[in-house]
Amino acid sequence: MKLKMVKLIPVLAAVITLAGCSSIPGFGGDQDEDGGAPVAEAGTAGATEDGAWTGSPLNDPNSLLSTRVIYYGYDVSEIQADYQDVVAAHGSYLAANPEVRVTVEGHADERGSREYNIALGERRANAVKRLLLAQGASERQVATLSYGEERPADIATNEASWASNRRVELAY
Amino acid sequence: MRKILLSVLLYLVHLQVVAAPLTIQITEGAQGALPIAVVPFAWQGGGQGPGQDISEIIRADLARSGLFNPMPVQDMLARPKDGKDVSFKDWRVLKMENLVVGQVQSNGSSGYLVRFQLFDVFKQEQLAGYNVPSSERDLRATAHHIADIIYEKITGKRGAFSTKVAYVTSINKGGGKQSVVLQVADADGFNPQTIVTSSEPLMSPSWSPDGRKLAYVSFEGRKASIYVQGVYTGKRQKVASYRGINGAPSWSPDGNKLALTLSKDGNPDIYVLNLQRRSLQRLTKHYGIDTEPAWSPDGKHVVFTSARGGQPQIYRVPAFGGKVQRVTFKGKYNARASYSPDGKYMAMVNRNGGAFRVALLDLKTKAMRILSDGRLDESPSFAPNGSMVIYATKVRGKGELAAVSIDGNIKQRLALQAGDVREPAWSPYSQSNQRN
Repeated sequence: MKLKMVKLIPVLAAVITLAGCSSIPGFGGDQDEDGGAPVAEAGTAGATEDGAWTGSPLNDPNSLLSTRVIYYGYDVSEIQADYQDVVAAHGSYLAANPEVRVTVEGHADERGSREYNIALGERRANAVKRLLLAQGASERQVATLSYGEERPADIATNEASWASNRRVELAY
Repeated sequence: MRKILLSVLLYLVHLQVVAAPLTIQITEGAQGALPIAVVPFAWQGGGQGPGQDISEIIRADLARSGLFNPMPVQDMLARPKDGKDVSFKDWRVLKMENLVVGQVQSNGSSGYLVRFQLFDVFKQEQLAGYNVPSSERDLRATAHHIADIIYEKITGKRGAFSTKVAYVTSINKGGGKQSVVLQVADADGFNPQTIVTSSEPLMSPSWSPDGRKLAYVSFEGRKASIYVQGVYTGKRQKVASYRGINGAPSWSPDGNKLALTLSKDGNPDIYVLNLQRRSLQRLTKHYGIDTEPAWSPDGKHVVFTSARGGQPQIYRVPAFGGKVQRVTFKGKYNARASYSPDGKYMAMVNRNGGAFRVALLDLKTKAMRILSDGRLDESPSFAPNGSMVIYATKVRGKGELAAVSIDGNIKQRLALQAGDVREPAWSPYSQSNQRN
């Protein structure tokens, strides 16, 4: 294995040198990952492949699972009654699909100090995680992360934007 | 090739946006500021001379302190460059109490020699006089040092013009993408330099007491970790990356420890990390939120924000562990406290009605005074001489920095032209800047 690698090195070096210099005609132009116009005389194109099956109950608009953001009142970290069913449905889904992982991201509005809001966001995320586990999801399926007020969904400064920033996002 | 050129161009554009200096605007001045004349420094040599007007930098520094009212250059009737050319009578007529004259000479191939004298106009006495070697690159720093000397000679207190401010800026790059940078600038907002760039949040910069390092929180890799980075070396080390929150680092006055917030044991509590031994001591244990630790200047206590009473208030605990005591009782919301360098005051964020403002608690009289007048003011940080507090505010929805004197009389805005600026941290006196 080691021997093969040694033999490969000059070849790799040549490829790297060529790839790094797109001004050589016919080389590199169609490899331009930024999607710039090819400079080569010949162009290549791939045929369109049939789309893979990506159906998931997470994308069923009629399912509670399609709701992946839940909202909170000011300085509140308990899940509001309207969202209990949503979180419970995600918990059951995780329990039925043990290979699925989710990150529960807690967020806060911009009012109050930033590190306190990190703590508040974590409390929100933990409340959701507890309910997911209560529904049968396992500890290793559910990670939590608090962004506090650092990643607002709406950057405006008003009641409406604050309401949409006090949230937990379920990121599958 | 074209791709490379484009990225170089983009990089330059990016640099320009980020490097736009802070502009400072004094929004409220003090009554009775001292009149002082700082005469433009004469260039003693051929050619164009230095690229910076030293006297202008000094005038701006003194004006920003709120304690001085520098005379506009166009009102000056004479421009002496040396003490022996000064006619004190003329400056007395103009009601100047102090006068600064100076000159810049060439000093070898790349250097300058800056000479200045500070006079008491009424006594006709020289209060200070120095010859300072400098260079094109260091001229602003030299001017700040001269302003520090003038400030100290006249007020009796050490100046803070030669210090730095660290802050976080987020730049909206369109398409929901943002770039977050940690920057360090001179205390007047000039010379901003980016020391960390990330697409994920950066938070809570805290200076080491020698002014050489910054601790901060970075969310790179979708995880909060605490790093310690050399401001002038760029080298950094990850010092805390436990499960959950790794936040709010605060340097101990001896420089050996960081107080921080960790939630690895289930709930945000205050810990002390010994940076040399890499050992961790837990200072608080409560099911409520404990966060935002800050040391007392004598290193004996750590204050922190806790919601253990229902609402966030300031508490303190002995730095080696012990009984927790509540510090604030006025107002329903007090958070993110820090001590003044002399330990006599505590700055914090106070909520009154719907407004979050910077408040100053006098620890002796227990009087609380609101210093700022915004609605979303936060992150107060004392100047190392304790004369002012810099903080973050919002102006028309955009994050800006502002500063206020601790008597509340002088207010100024430091507006970065691009991006959302927040979390200012005023540096201590840097050890490389120590005077002999």
